[in-house]
Amino acid sequence: MSMQSLPTPEAQRTGPRRVRFPGIGAGHAALLLALAVVLVGVLPVALSGRPYWLNVLTNAAVLSFVSLGVWVIFAIGRVNIAQGAFAMIGGYTTAILSTRYGVPFWVCLPLSAVSAGLVGALIGWPILRLKGVYFAMVTLSLTEAVRLAFLNGGEVTNGASGIVNVPRPAGIDSPLAFYLFAAVLLLLGLLGVLRLATSRLGWIFRSMRQNEELAASIGIDVSHYRVLAFSLCCALGGIGGSFFAVFHQNIYPASYSVQDSINFMLYCFLGGLDYVLGPVVGAFVLVIGFELLGELQEYQSLLYGILMIACMLVLPNGILSLWPGRRDTAKAEDGA
Amino acid sequence: MQQILVNGVVLSANYALIALGITLIFSIMNILNFAHGQMFMIGGFMVYYVYGVHGLSYGLALATAALVAGAIGALFEIGLFRRVKRIAAREENSMLLAVGTALLLENGALFAFGEKQRGVPPVVGGVYRIGDAFLPANRLLVVLVSLALIAALLLFVQYTKPGRAMRALAQDREVTCLMGVDVGRISVLGFALGAALAGLAGGLLVTVSGVNAGIGTAVSTKAFIMIMIGGAGVVAGSILGAVALGFAEAIGYALLPGSVTYLLIFVGMILFLCFRPQGLMGKPWG
Repeated sequence: MSMQSLPTPEAQRTGPRRVRFPGIGAGHAALLLALAVVLVGVLPVALSGRPYWLNVLTNAAVLSFVSLGVWVIFAIGRVNIAQGAFAMIGGYTTAILSTRYGVPFWVCLPLSAVSAGLVGALIGWPILRLKGVYFAMVTLSLTEAVRLAFLNGGEVTNGASGIVNVPRPAGIDSPLAFYLFAAVLLLLGLLGVLRLATSRLGWIFRSMRQNEELAASIGIDVSHYRVLAFSLCCALGGIGGSFFAVFHQNIYPASYSVQDSINFMLYCFLGGLDYVLGPVVGAFVLVIGFELLGELQEYQSLLYGILMIACMLVLPNGILSLWPGRRDTAKAEDGA
Repeated sequence: MQQILVNGVVLSANYALIALGITLIFSIMNILNFAHGQMFMIGGFMVYYVYGVHGLSYGLALATAALVAGAIGALFEIGLFRRVKRIAAREENSMLLAVGTALLLENGALFAFGEKQRGVPPVVGGVYRIGDAFLPANRLLVVLVSLALIAALLLFVQYTKPGRAMRALAQDREVTCLMGVDVGRISVLGFALGAALAGLAGGLLVTVSGVNAGIGTAVSTKAFIMIMIGGAGVVAGSILGAVALGFAEAIGYALLPGSVTYLLIFVGMILFLCFRPQGLMGKPWG
């Protein structure tokens, strides 16, 4: 690390300029507003006669919402390859509650977040002691374990045939309605994570990524915060899973595989890990790009593999690192 | 009961090869080789084509499996990992690169070899009887070859000059540089050797259970379980992990229905990691 990147004590005390803004900061607020106008205002009108593309965008929006959770875990310096598992937990919670007990969707949705978050906290508490590749390996196994658990769930989960005919939420029955729901969900998620990233909590998370021991030594309760970050991540996954359960109206143990968990990670990387918007950019680019591939769609996994390698070789900091003005922020964060 | 023990020994010996390969790469390069299972699969297909389709000798087929997998490993190191390790700002980058190579190999294999399950005839016929248990001669061959390869690898790492350089590299990269070791060359050698072990394991196991292009992820997951139980980067630990997983699988498949075995193995592993996050033999971290 070069000398000039070390902040002076004064700079540390006054903190980065963003802290002076209450909430999420003026730049971010403008960005979010612009995104809201495009997502809720422009796109539905432009695509009103094309339900297929509305569905594609719905997919992209909820996938980016789920990836925001993975981003939070990246922010504390862990690689989570279990997000598919938590989406599955959320999806099954909604599917079981609404088909067996007739619970309305708007009650199921928060309950799915809670169940995924609770399972996340319970499992995260011991395994978050692991770092780096060790944590990645355990979470990868977790994706498999959860899939097997639902496969062997007997009467409750209905084994490999899954749960079908999950009722649609009240008031949402057209592709446009689903799209608007997804867009609002994404905007709320983005607002929440932006708020988190620019708050004191966000700085605590980043300090943990840089050096957990050092963070602990200045009085941060590291084990408490990492469980908090993980269960937040899992709750976002649970909400996404709940959405997909009613969107596709079914859920199977095969709905989420290791591949899906890896894709969530890929979206974050492709967009750029240093930016809250990274997972959103990554997911939209990949999902829409995939639709434009047409004939080549059967090579999806192969192309994702090549893209992943190319991304690491050429663009290790993601698409958003090409944005000239924002690179300095990232550097300042890394050097701080 | 005796049958379970025999099956456990067969599985353990083969799994030890997989675990040793991934441990070798991990300790030398500090890279978790996500493509390990895919290299295993490619080794299996090499034996299928050389021995099964063209009917050449099994020894030649195994050598091809080792060479092809080893060459892929060496190419990955030279072409990809070396560069990414140099330019990467975060350690996650090389991890995602490893995931990318796994996807690439798996889907490349899908197009090259098709999606059918392939098997080869047993190399040697006949069945031995040990007490109440049956041991097909072919499985005995797999065990013996695996044990011989493990012994050869351990001797190589312990007593030869490149082997010593590898161990040094695993201990401290910078100091090894200072001692005049050509770190780049040893890294390539280590990666190739680890990959070749995966290819050999695949080439051996194809005679027992066959191979298809999609088994990679399952094999990699098994490799991860083994090194987590044993302790990542420790040779003795990886062998212990292989024995633990081999016997757990043999017992589970004999007593429980299908996929419940692996569910229990996962649950058991996570519980085990709660109490001993560094594995049986690993150094404590974090």
